[in-house]
Amino acid sequence: MNDHLDRIDVAQRTWPEPDILPLEVVGLGFEAGGRHLLSGVRLRLEAGARTFVIGPNGAGKSLLLRLCHGLLEPSAGTVIWNGKPGAQHRRRQGMVFQHPMLLRRTVLGNVTYALKVHGIRGRANRERAFEMLRETGLEALARSPARVLSGGEQRRLALARAWSLEPRVLFLDEPTASLDPAGTVAVEDIMLRISESGTKLVVASHDLGQVRRLADEVVFLHQGRLLEQSPKARFFAAPASAEGRAFIEGRLSW
Amino acid sequence: MNDFSNAIAVAWKLVVGLDADLVEIVVLSLKISLSAVLIATVVALPLGAAVAVFRFPGRGACIVLLNALMGLPPVAVGLLIYLLLSRAGPLGEHGLLYTPAAMVIAQAVLVVPIIAALAQQILSELYGEYEEQLRSLGVSSARAIPTLLWDGRFSLLIAVLAGFGRASAEVGAVIIVGGNINHLTRVMTTTIALETSKGNLAMALGLGLILILIVVLVNALTVVVRSGASRLQGR
Repeated sequence: MNDHLDRIDVAQRTWPEPDILPLEVVGLGFEAGGRHLLSGVRLRLEAGARTFVIGPNGAGKSLLLRLCHGLLEPSAGTVIWNGKPGAQHRRRQGMVFQHPMLLRRTVLGNVTYALKVHGIRGRANRERAFEMLRETGLEALARSPARVLSGGEQRRLALARAWSLEPRVLFLDEPTASLDPAGTVAVEDIMLRISESGTKLVVASHDLGQVRRLADEVVFLHQGRLLEQSPKARFFAAPASAEGRAFIEGRLSW
Repeated sequence: MNDFSNAIAVAWKLVVGLDADLVEIVVLSLKISLSAVLIATVVALPLGAAVAVFRFPGRGACIVLLNALMGLPPVAVGLLIYLLLSRAGPLGEHGLLYTPAAMVIAQAVLVVPIIAALAQQILSELYGEYEEQLRSLGVSSARAIPTLLWDGRFSLLIAVLAGFGRASAEVGAVIIVGGNINHLTRVMTTTIALETSKGNLAMALGLGLILILIVVLVNALTVVVRSGASRLQGR
């Protein structure tokens, strides 16, 4: 499976100018209740590569994604999208949460709603929504209430909804947590196709198997600090920090 | 005891025989209460949703006030509306006092806080669930309001039904502003009060039975709405 995935070439779609990438994070910090949950994070994310943010529980992975996405205001530092600070590019980036929040509507209604919010209405809206449901294997469930879907189907629907907006960057927070192997394979397949369509994926995960299968680049966090950003092969062969090595070997905990 | 059972028998005959006076009173009561609830709903749902969604200074006080107003004393509201609509009042020129319109206004004033406070509670909970995802999709707070009203419609219908229950069972305010005028402003609750004081228990009991029936139907509708919502929305 790894060989197959390694052969995938990331298609370079033409994006509306100006591009929002690269994403730069400079001195990013976040405090809550007097605790430094994230400190001095500095990284740069380029187009194309699938970036996996990894680290043990509580390392600050989900927090980093939320700060980059603009859902939280940092206590220190800035997020810079192609030279422009702030979260003004919300409409060109998306996020799928660890526990996907589905609207109390049908499966189809969840996708058409997102498209409508972004100004896509009428026939174009429905065609795009059905296309996304086909892509994610949910077309037969289009008229079902979204909240009766299984956990795996809910993840796929959340991906379909996010993908329908053709985001330039898509943040995924633990996209396969608590899914069975079949559900994991289905979600990973969709992630790859989203990536192939040219969307930059930034994924928080602590599933090292998944990182080995899908990642191009690894960002390693520990106790709210970024300890390493490097290509996947280098990270697994020769991690830059003792914590990184301990994490790979399953000896690192919060 | 014999008088009481006779009264029940006569009341039953009035109801089953669709007595003209009784039907007139029931129809007027329903028209007034439904109009009041409709007006109150149009005002209260966006109000409750706005308080649920927007963060502004004094929001906490606003919620406390809305909840407190749920217990507004009907006679006090009746008196206030009376003062507004009486000839010497600021709205006296419209000649609304002792008309069904005055009764609609009084009931609407009583029902707005009930629907708004319940809507605020329902939609705050729903917004807590939705907020992060809606913000992620780029939905503004103002745009979130119609989304919440639509997705919370089944729960909100229960708030509206609670408002209808309050409106249809209310007597203090409507008797002050309506005057309980025969064939004009006489509704079920005011008639029950009047006929009981006159000793005409049959009419009072007949109307009481219908009022109870309406309350039971409203509650049954609430149960149906809840189970329908579970089926349609999967929760």
